[in-house]
Amino acid sequence: MGVCMTATLVETSYREAIGMALAEEMRRDSTVILMGEDVADAGGVFKATLGLKDEFGAARVRDTPISEMGFVGAGLGLAITGYRPVVELMFADFIGVCYDQIANQIAKYRYMSGGQTAVPMVIRAVGGAGLRFGAQHSQTCETWLLANPGLKIVCPSSPKEAYGMIKAAVRDDNPVLVLEHKGLYGNRGEFECGEEGLVDLKNPALVRPGKDMTIVASLAMVGRCLKACDIVAEKGIEPEVIDMRVLRPMDVSPIVASVRRTNRLITVEEGPRVGGWGAEVAAQITDEAFDDLDSPPLRITLPDHPMPFSAPLEDAVLPSAEGIAETIVALHEGG
Amino acid sequence: MTIQREFSNRSKQLCDDALIEMYRSMVTIRQFEDEIQRCFLKGMMQGTTHLCQGQEAVSVGAMKTLRDDDYITCTYRGHGQCLARGMPIDRTFLEILGRKGGVCQGKGGSMHLTDFSRGLLGSFAIVGAGLPVAVGAGLSAQLRGDGQVSMTFFGDGSTNIGAFHEALNLAAVWQLPVVFVCENNLYGEYSPLRATTTVDDLAVRAAAYDLPGYVVDGNDVLAVYDAIGDAVDRARRGLGATLVECKTYRHSGHSRTDPATYREQAEVDAWLARDPIARLRSELVEREILTIAQSEAIGSELLANMQEVSHAAGEAPWPDEKVMREDVLV
Ligand SMILES: Cc1ncc(C[n+]2csc(CCOP(=O)(O)OP(=O)(O)O)c2C)c(N)n1
Ligand SMILES: [Mg+2]
Repeated sequence: MGVCMTATLVETSYREAIGMALAEEMRRDSTVILMGEDVADAGGVFKATLGLKDEFGAARVRDTPISEMGFVGAGLGLAITGYRPVVELMFADFIGVCYDQIANQIAKYRYMSGGQTAVPMVIRAVGGAGLRFGAQHSQTCETWLLANPGLKIVCPSSPKEAYGMIKAAVRDDNPVLVLEHKGLYGNRGEFECGEEGLVDLKNPALVRPGKDMTIVASLAMVGRCLKACDIVAEKGIEPEVIDMRVLRPMDVSPIVASVRRTNRLITVEEGPRVGGWGAEVAAQITDEAFDDLDSPPLRITLPDHPMPFSAPLEDAVLPSAEGIAETIVALHEGG
Repeated sequence: MTIQREFSNRSKQLCDDALIEMYRSMVTIRQFEDEIQRCFLKGMMQGTTHLCQGQEAVSVGAMKTLRDDDYITCTYRGHGQCLARGMPIDRTFLEILGRKGGVCQGKGGSMHLTDFSRGLLGSFAIVGAGLPVAVGAGLSAQLRGDGQVSMTFFGDGSTNIGAFHEALNLAAVWQLPVVFVCENNLYGEYSPLRATTTVDDLAVRAAAYDLPGYVVDGNDVLAVYDAIGDAVDRARRGLGATLVECKTYRHSGHSRTDPATYREQAEVDAWLARDPIARLRSELVEREILTIAQSEAIGSELLANMQEVSHAAGEAPWPDEKVMREDVLV
């Protein structure tokens, strides 16, 4: 697990940050139960839950059959009867087979009961492209559940965010969908651990201050945008980068504040253009800060086709730091 | 594993008062459903509803086997289960009419009756969806170790959806205290069971998960009590889940707009002759627990109350608009 640098500062991978957060929350609260395919004995296919069964036992760290509808629904049953389940979907793409439980049951449960119960439940789903996993194992699924009031949807882009978001999600009395990115699992980073490290599951976060334009990105795209900023820095361009981070409930106020200063907006997401969250952000910014915009909001997205398997094709589909940098320069020069 | 059709005779131990109480509960459900139907005809009720006249014995027999701290999930055809479990008639009626004071504040309706104070974890309008949730409640019960049981109700048509199979397998592999109660009323919407399913006894499906499968006459409330009582006993003793198939019939159509013309009159008549309320009444009269006159008095007393509840609900105010914005998130 993580290497402690000072009393509270640690340096770990994204993967380890997830495991640390889960272990700490399970130690703190005996009602936290982990379930998923191969999460116990094998420690998860991406090894985020390694060692948890040894520490917490088979009752609390449970391998499930391959039954996403069954065990996500069972998670709901646990959540409304006194436990705090954390359910892992091995690949976010499998949301498709338990969509009913998430969209119709979990998201609406509290509401339809007239507030009789809370639904303190976490669903961790591992998504994202770049590992040559093909069309059914590479989606971030960020927008699949975006249109469902009653859910929180968060997207950790770094070890720090993964740690703080998962801890906060476990403590949240609402159902929280944590969309992790498998391409980030090996990334390392420093963060404050313990209570200081909790992330408020409320709004987007500023990750790089700037003045020439506002770039809003999520998951793996945050890192690529930061790289793009390094590239354009040589040309003297200073974009501001915001990590979208919390897709639902969506709070664009930090983006509005930023655009009021920078007067330009680019959204960057690892998902298709139509129905993407970038479209929603662009619409809300247009509503709230139209007069501050010097040019129409610009969206960088995946093209409108499934993810191809072949390495150069997949690379061509994903927005690269260089490609994002070109867009930044063009927008800067165009205005 | 073969289907089991014989059960312990625990109903023999029910005292007269308990039997009369079960009779009253069945009559209450019947009158409630009849009154809801009348509300439709009078235009007082909107949307849709799925009534359970003819299936009262399943709800009442099953609920009688449970403890106060047990968990229950049911379906959109769940008025009977909710009432049998003690959901207050007036607040249930208000909910179904969408009025202020309803159990779910008017945000659930007929298909989503829920009452956490009675372990009624919810009514599910997506076929099969309640089963995995009941399995989770069963896991919760197992982890807590207080001997609670989780019971889930669903229809014959629901045994063809994946959630049913995933739930049975999960309950089996984790040996959970779950009782799966299938109300086989021979139709899923307008489709006869045999058009969608290759077996007559759905309880055989339990064998695929190495679970016991029970078949019981769902129109005999005492037989239901015996069979489900055995299943609950197993669950409480840590022996795991059971699938109980209750053979029954809905007197009316699938939903309020369905005249059910797809059913042969002879079939309907045969089932009407097996009306569960009439059967219990005959038995109680025969055993001299109740006289005909007393049963009639019970009927009129409950009816007067039901009409009062219905009238009051019809006069009740609509919910305040602000409630519709509440309870989305905590
Ligand atoms: C997943 C799903 N598919 C279809 C429907 C529409 N539908 C509602 S009730 C019903 C029939 C269900 O039959 P059964 O399980 O036998 O229950 P019953 O209505 O007879 O009590 C159907 C098809 C639904 N609600 N959910
Ligand atoms: Mg049916």
